[in-house]
Amino acid sequence: MKHRLNLSCQTSALSELRAFLQQALHKASLSEIEKHQVTLAVEEVCANLIIHSHGCNPQDLIHLEVKDSSEKLIFEISDHGEAFNILEYEVPDLKKVMVEKRKGGLGIILVKKIMDEIEFESKNGTNTCRLIKWFRS
Amino acid sequence: MLRLEKTKENNYDILSITGEVDASNSVILDEAIQELIAGGSKFILIDGKNLEYISSAGLGVFMSYLEDFQEQGINLKICELTPRVYEVFKILGLDQLIPIYQDKTMAFAG
Repeated sequence: MKHRLNLSCQTSALSELRAFLQQALHKASLSEIEKHQVTLAVEEVCANLIIHSHGCNPQDLIHLEVKDSSEKLIFEISDHGEAFNILEYEVPDLKKVMVEKRKGGLGIILVKKIMDEIEFESKNGTNTCRLIKWFRS
Repeated sequence: MLRLEKTKENNYDILSITGEVDASNSVILDEAIQELIAGGSKFILIDGKNLEYISSAGLGVFMSYLEDFQEQGINLKICELTPRVYEVFKILGLDQLIPIYQDKTMAFAG
């Protein structure tokens, strides 16, 4: 089963993203707490792209595709903005975030802790971030 | 949707959060905390009973005050988080940095 969404690059679109994910995850074999967490992880990646790669330009779009099989969920997030390779981003220490009063960085910690696998590729101007969550039966 | 309400109880300024905090509205939470500090608040309790969702933008607001609060002797506590929101605090380890209580009474006593 596939679900697709084109998201406008503005932070006010994040609630639309959550509503879409709630529908897309309706039948997924995850607990309510896990659904909440994967929603958060996908939102964190999209919020990063909206703010940092697209400067909140509502004309730009992010494409999200959710694919589910019997064993896993794949969230494929693609855009044409400045490439941000989440795999290369060094996760900051929480104390460092606190001392430096950085408000960023926390989202990426969440994505890396919540998702089982993360893939990133940038090809012909299209960046694709794939977040994978395995079902535990 | 996000709604904030300030009340006073037992010497605490209580900030009740209703709805969802994300990158579009976390500045509202930030401003509400700044107002409490400007008003001389020394005991702040965040009531999370009706907080349905919080992303890193909102969690980052709390994080950004922790060191200042330590230096200024401002006491920040959180109570009544729903299990799914509490799990997010735990994933980040924020439950180790901010005292989180089951309910208001326990927060006042803690």
